[in-house]
Amino acid sequence: MSEWRLYEVFVRSKHGLNHKHVGSVHAADNEMAMENARDLYTRRSEGVSIWVVPSDTITASASDEKEILFDPAEDKVYRHASFYKLPDEVGHM
Amino acid sequence: MYAQLVDTGTKRLKTREEMSPEERDFQDKIDAETKIEAKNWMPDAYRKTLVRQISQHAHSEIVGMLPEGNWLTRAPTLKRKLQLMAKIQDEAGHGLYLYSAMETLGADRDEEVQKLHDGKAKYSSIFNYPTLNWADMGAVGWLVDGAAIVNQVVLQRTSYGPYSRAMVRICKEESFHQRQGFQILLDMMREGTQAQKDMVQDAINRLWWPALMMFGPHDDESPNSQQSMVWKIKRKSNDELRQMFIDQTIPQLEFLGCTAPDPDLKWNEETGHYDFGAIDWKEFYDVLKGDGPCNRERISTRRKAIDEGTWVREAAVAYAAKQKQRAAA
Amino acid sequence: MTEQKALQDYLIRLADSDMILSQRLCELCGKAPAIEEEMAVMNVGLDLVGQARNWYEYAAELIDDGRDADKLCFLRDALDYRNLLLVEQPNEDYAVTMARQFFFDVWHYFTLKSLVDASDERIANIAAKAVKEATYHLRRSSEWVKRMGDGTEESHRRIQEAFDLLWRFTGELVTPDDTDHAMFKAGIGPDPEKLKQDWFGMVREVAAQATLKTGAEDAWMYMGGKSGVHTEHLGLILAEMQFLPRAYPDATTW
Repeated sequence: MSEWRLYEVFVRSKHGLNHKHVGSVHAADNEMAMENARDLYTRRSEGVSIWVVPSDTITASASDEKEILFDPAEDKVYRHASFYKLPDEVGHM
Repeated sequence: MYAQLVDTGTKRLKTREEMSPEERDFQDKIDAETKIEAKNWMPDAYRKTLVRQISQHAHSEIVGMLPEGNWLTRAPTLKRKLQLMAKIQDEAGHGLYLYSAMETLGADRDEEVQKLHDGKAKYSSIFNYPTLNWADMGAVGWLVDGAAIVNQVVLQRTSYGPYSRAMVRICKEESFHQRQGFQILLDMMREGTQAQKDMVQDAINRLWWPALMMFGPHDDESPNSQQSMVWKIKRKSNDELRQMFIDQTIPQLEFLGCTAPDPDLKWNEETGHYDFGAIDWKEFYDVLKGDGPCNRERISTRRKAIDEGTWVREAAVAYAAKQKQRAAA
Repeated sequence: MTEQKALQDYLIRLADSDMILSQRLCELCGKAPAIEEEMAVMNVGLDLVGQARNWYEYAAELIDDGRDADKLCFLRDALDYRNLLLVEQPNEDYAVTMARQFFFDVWHYFTLKSLVDASDERIANIAAKAVKEATYHLRRSSEWVKRMGDGTEESHRRIQEAFDLLWRFTGELVTPDDTDHAMFKAGIGPDPEKLKQDWFGMVREVAAQATLKTGAEDAWMYMGGKSGVHTEHLGLILAEMQFLPRAYPDATTW
C-alpha cells in the first residue's frame, strides 16, 4: 500500500498556454503535492503555473470507448477551419 | 542498460495464429508504431515486463545517487559542487519520473521499492562498484551516463507511451551529465598535475569493464531480448548498443590522452567498428546476483533511509488527516 | 572596526553559514526519508551553495588579497570560519535536520528581506534573488515542523527533542555584535532589535501551530561562531569538505 497519495501534475509552461499533464508525485497533502511537483517538474524553469490533482479523482475515458466518444467528431469536418475553402483573393483568414 | 536481464516470462514468441484477437490487435498497433497507453488493453506479460524494466531503471537512478553522494561532500570547488548536486538531484528526479511511468501500469511504488530492499529486484550492476577518487565523478558522468544515454536515446521510441515520454524528458535533461563528466576529466588531463592525471587513468581502469557490462549479456545469452524487441520495449540488442557505445567512446578516450584497460581493443578496418576483448561474465553475474563490491552497502543504505524515515512519512499522513478533520468540523 | 572590515566580515558570515548548512544537507544524499525529500533537500542545498558563491565572490573582491571564492571557502581553517554554530550541528535524525533548517530559515528570511534594501547595491541584488529562495525554504521547513509537531506521538516527541537540543544555538542568530551593529548603522544589515522580534515572533507562531514548546528567550546560549569559536563539529566538516584542495595544493584546476 502506498503511504502517500498519488497526485497527477499539470504544468503551464508559458503564459497563454494550456496546462499539460507531465506526470505524478506522491504526497501526504495538497500543499506537499504542490511543493513536490514544483521541485520535480520545474527544476529548469519549465513552468509558470502548476495544478496538482489526486489521481483517484480523475475519470478517464476507457480505450474501448474510443469509437463512441471520438469517432463521431471525425466526420464533423466543418468544425475545422480547413473545411472552408475561400477564394484566394480573400487572402489570409 | 539501467535494466539488465529483464524477465519477460515468455519462453518463446507466439505465432500470429496462436494469438488471441486482442493480442493480434495489440501487436498490430505496436508494429504500426502506435504508442500503447495506460488504459489500452495489453497482454499481462507485456505489463509485467514493463513494470520490471521500468522499476529496475528507476531503482538504478536512485541507487546511482550513492556512489556520487560519496564524493559530494568532498567536491573540490564551488562550481564542481553545484554541478554534482544538480546532477544528483536530476537522478532523484529521473527515478521519480520512471516510478511515475511505472505506476500508470497499476504497480505500486512503495511495493516495488520494498522488493529492491528485500533483494528481489535488480538495478544496474554498475552502481555496485566503489568510487575511489575524485576523477570517478568524471568517469561516472562520461562512461556510465554515456552508456546509459546510448540506450535511453533509443528508448525514447519505446512502445509504451508514459515510458517513452519519461525517456524523452530524461534524455533532454541528461545531456549535460555526460559533458559535465567529460569536462572534469579533460580539465584534469589538460591542466592538472601528474597526481590528477593518475587519478583519471585509475578511474577509467576501474570503470571501463563495468561500463561495458551495463549493456547486459551477449544477444545469444539474452533469452528475453527477442520478446522485448517484438514488443518494442527494447529497440536495439545488447551487443548493438555496446558496440555503438565503444565506437563513439574510443575517440573521446584518445582525445583525453588516456587508455582503456583492454589490450585487444583495436580499430577493425573491415567491419568499420572497434574490436574489443572478452568481458568477464562471471563477474557480471556475481555482481548482479548481489556479490559485487558494494551491493550490500548500497541496499542497506537505501533500506535504512526508508526504514528510518517511516516515522517522518507517517507524521505527514497523520497531520494531513487531522487537517482534513478540522476543515470538515 | 572600520566599516569596510565589518562589511567583509559580514559577507563571510553569510557565505560560511550557507556553505556549512549546505554541507550538512549534502551528507543526506541518498539517505532522506522519501525520494521526494531527496529532491527538496538537494534543492535547498543547491540554493545555499549558489548564494554562498555570490557572497564569497563579493567578499573576495573587497578583501582583494589574491584569494578567490574557492580559496576563501576551501583554504580557511575553523578559527577563520564565521558561520553560525546552529548550522554545523549534525543531522542526527530528520527532526533535528528540520528544526535546524527551520530556525535558520526564519533568520535567513528576515535577514535577506532586510538586505534587499541595503545601501550597497551588490548586496541588495544578491539578496533580491536569495530571498525568493529563502521564502520557499521557510515555507517548506515550517510545514514540516507543523507536520512533525502535530503529526504522530513519535514525531511530536522527536521534533520537541530537536527543538530542545538546538535551542541553545539560536541565541547567536539574534544577539548582535560589533559587526551586526556596524552593518545596521551603515544601512546594510537588519535592525538587530527588529530581527530579534521577527525571529521570535515567527518561531513562536509556528511552534504554537505545531503544538511545540520553545525555550526561554533568556536561556543560556552557546555562542561564538560569528567570532570563530566553534563547536567540535566544524573541524571535521572542514576536514572532509577541504580535503582535495588541501591534499593537492599544487593542483590549480579541478
